[in-house]
Amino acid sequence: MNEWLDPLLLSRWQFGLTTVYHFLFVPLTIGLVTTVAIFQTAWYRTNKAKYLQLTHFFGKIFLINFAMGVVTGIVQEFQFGMNWSDYSRFVGDVFGAPLAFEGITAFFLEATFIGLWIFGWDKLPKGLHLATIWLTTVGSIASAYFIITANAFMQNPVAYQINEVKGRAELTSIGELLTNPIALAAFPHTIFACFMVSAGLIISVAAWHLSRNQHLETMRPALKFGLWMMVIAGALTTLMGDQLSLAMVEAQPMKMAAAEAMYHTATGANASFSIFTLGTPDGVSELFSIRIPYLLSFLSTHTFDGTVEGINNLQEQYTQLYGPGDYAPIIWVTYWSFRWMIGLGIAHILVAVGGLWVTRKGKSPKTWIWKIAIWSFPLSLLAMSVGWVFTEMGRQPWLVFGLLKTADGVSPNVSGLEILISLIAFTLLYGALAVVEFRLILKAVQKGPDDAPVPDPVSGEIKQTTTVY
Amino acid sequence: MDLNVLWFWIIAAMFIGYFVLDGFDFGVGMSLPFLGKDDTDRRVLINTIGPVWDLNETWVIVAGASLFAAFPEWYATMFSGFYLALLLILLALIARGVSFEYRHQRPELKWKKSFDAMIVVGSAVPALLWGVAFGNVVRGVPLDSNFNYIGTFFDLLNPYALLAGLTTLLLFFTHGVIFVSTKTEGEIRVRARALAIRSGIVTIVVAASFLVWTTLAYGTLASGILAAVAAVALIAAYLANLRGNERTAFGLMAVTIGFAVLTLFASLFPDVMPASNDVANSLTIQNASSTPYTLQVMSWTALIAAPVILLYQGWTYWVFRKRIGRAHIEAAVH
Repeated sequence: MNEWLDPLLLSRWQFGLTTVYHFLFVPLTIGLVTTVAIFQTAWYRTNKAKYLQLTHFFGKIFLINFAMGVVTGIVQEFQFGMNWSDYSRFVGDVFGAPLAFEGITAFFLEATFIGLWIFGWDKLPKGLHLATIWLTTVGSIASAYFIITANAFMQNPVAYQINEVKGRAELTSIGELLTNPIALAAFPHTIFACFMVSAGLIISVAAWHLSRNQHLETMRPALKFGLWMMVIAGALTTLMGDQLSLAMVEAQPMKMAAAEAMYHTATGANASFSIFTLGTPDGVSELFSIRIPYLLSFLSTHTFDGTVEGINNLQEQYTQLYGPGDYAPIIWVTYWSFRWMIGLGIAHILVAVGGLWVTRKGKSPKTWIWKIAIWSFPLSLLAMSVGWVFTEMGRQPWLVFGLLKTADGVSPNVSGLEILISLIAFTLLYGALAVVEFRLILKAVQKGPDDAPVPDPVSGEIKQTTTVY
Repeated sequence: MDLNVLWFWIIAAMFIGYFVLDGFDFGVGMSLPFLGKDDTDRRVLINTIGPVWDLNETWVIVAGASLFAAFPEWYATMFSGFYLALLLILLALIARGVSFEYRHQRPELKWKKSFDAMIVVGSAVPALLWGVAFGNVVRGVPLDSNFNYIGTFFDLLNPYALLAGLTTLLLFFTHGVIFVSTKTEGEIRVRARALAIRSGIVTIVVAASFLVWTTLAYGTLASGILAAVAAVALIAAYLANLRGNERTAFGLMAVTIGFAVLTLFASLFPDVMPASNDVANSLTIQNASSTPYTLQVMSWTALIAAPVILLYQGWTYWVFRKRIGRAHIEAAVH
């Protein structure tokens, strides 16, 4: 019984659960708000009804999703203090600033202008109304930047000094904190991945309608847009992911070793990348694998004769540096999450390229192709999730790499029972809301865009309707 | 000027912003069973805050993050110490926020009514518990030498803190109902005014007792003056509403809430979380704060951002300044 009431374990489960859940909504928010802004801009410039229909259609899906992102986000901010108070005391001087920046500059912007956008259709001039969705976009992307700089401090602490008396990290340079090399790579990697998720949604939705031969005049351009967005965002996500792994090898070599489940240091051809491995249950020895020689060396160092350090060697180094302890994350989690992220990412790009080919010059592909395309959205979301699971689980056992272990960050005065109560409460509420949310989005998707608005016969203008809850 | 002092008052200002703005959202939410006779009425009520509830709620995110950045020890002690109370606030805010977005997605009355219930509960719980939380901060809680709260959840439910909770609950309720009277037209506006007259009396009695208790038990001369201003503003708001000056009444309610928060902060100063068991364990603006460098960075950010934020948020309220009524709801598509 007592084992189940371990505050550390329960707090970790709660943070994992609430964060993964929150980050199902955020990427779609960031990706879709940008997409909706692009559709509305297209309508503003061309005055073509189909773009307005697409703006409203994806705008509606965006809004159903947006509220969930907002309310589950408050939990994230409160949780540092509630469950991780010793962590908060240790990093507050450094970590608090980007969070405050995020609130002051990004969240206010996003929350204010989204209200203006939703309810301002008939109250603001066309151009100004268009500006509100772009400002919402700026706010949501800026918030991602600040939260990633905060996260990057946990992966690769910079711009701090340790105050022994107070027992905490103290900020020495805000500029250095905001240009953490991990953040500079992780931010674009994440944003482009958000665009992939949004592209995935558009492809899924358009494929579903087109396979039924309905809403052709809006869904054809939507599909094309989604496919191109997926290809471009996919290429950029890959490029930035490559930059991120270079920075990661520098800052957290253990994470790269764990990503490959590589126990012994290897050089050149031996630093191979395994696509698939079957090993003994303890993960120490390998039964079967498919390997690409040199690839891990290239990913880690951009050379073919690079050396990649293994888990055992790093474990030895860290034991000398930080004292006795287990410094490797859970290897099967890092190994498989890394592969699923990359595998799904590449699969999305290939599907999108294939989609562009089979729909070239207005051709209509076969049914089974639509059936594959419909999987784009859930699988792109899964790729996003496992990517973050990799990043965060790969950081263990550290909370702040090299400075504070996860076990030392948990609130000492919150009981296991209290955390069990909150964990159950969040699980039940989040579960119930997930069902409602999923059904609402499905219903909105299946209904499809509203009919094209009828322009005023005299002025040619489209009258905007009042939005109400 | 000492930046620790400055940030103490900036945190106060942020909580004033949060309580004044989300306060009337909570009030509107709680007023649904009293003012909403049918679904159209309830939609009118919800639409008075439709475009702004999200930005109002963002004030608590900004206040929380600023607390984390400027006074990490205060943030850590308060949030871990009030664990279950904050959990309830979070669950309530989640339920309320999604309900605004979900309730109009389906036409069935049963669907809408269940989300209405979530809005009412989701508004009442934080309105009550924020008062309880701040009541306990002012009263002082038992802390160990590492500033960790060593009491239980039930220790937080003492008479003074409960009165504080009842005060915020009633203040926000009346504030929200008066807000409805300034934003609606027709019968609902009349009903709102009448309700605010009734709830106003109770609010005055409860809030005045709370302010007197605060001043006698924890106050200073300065906090006493601030409490008096809050009390006078509350009575003036009541009289203004009685005379039918709805907007003046609303403005005065905002002043009341603002000065009530100032009263609490002035009673605290220079402590931020006094320890009820041992003064040596109290968190103060000095031992709870970040370094001067971090506070300096934060000060510049706040200084540059504040005017811009106030400007665009003010503009938003101006864009949505028109009153709404049943006709607006019936004319709209959805």
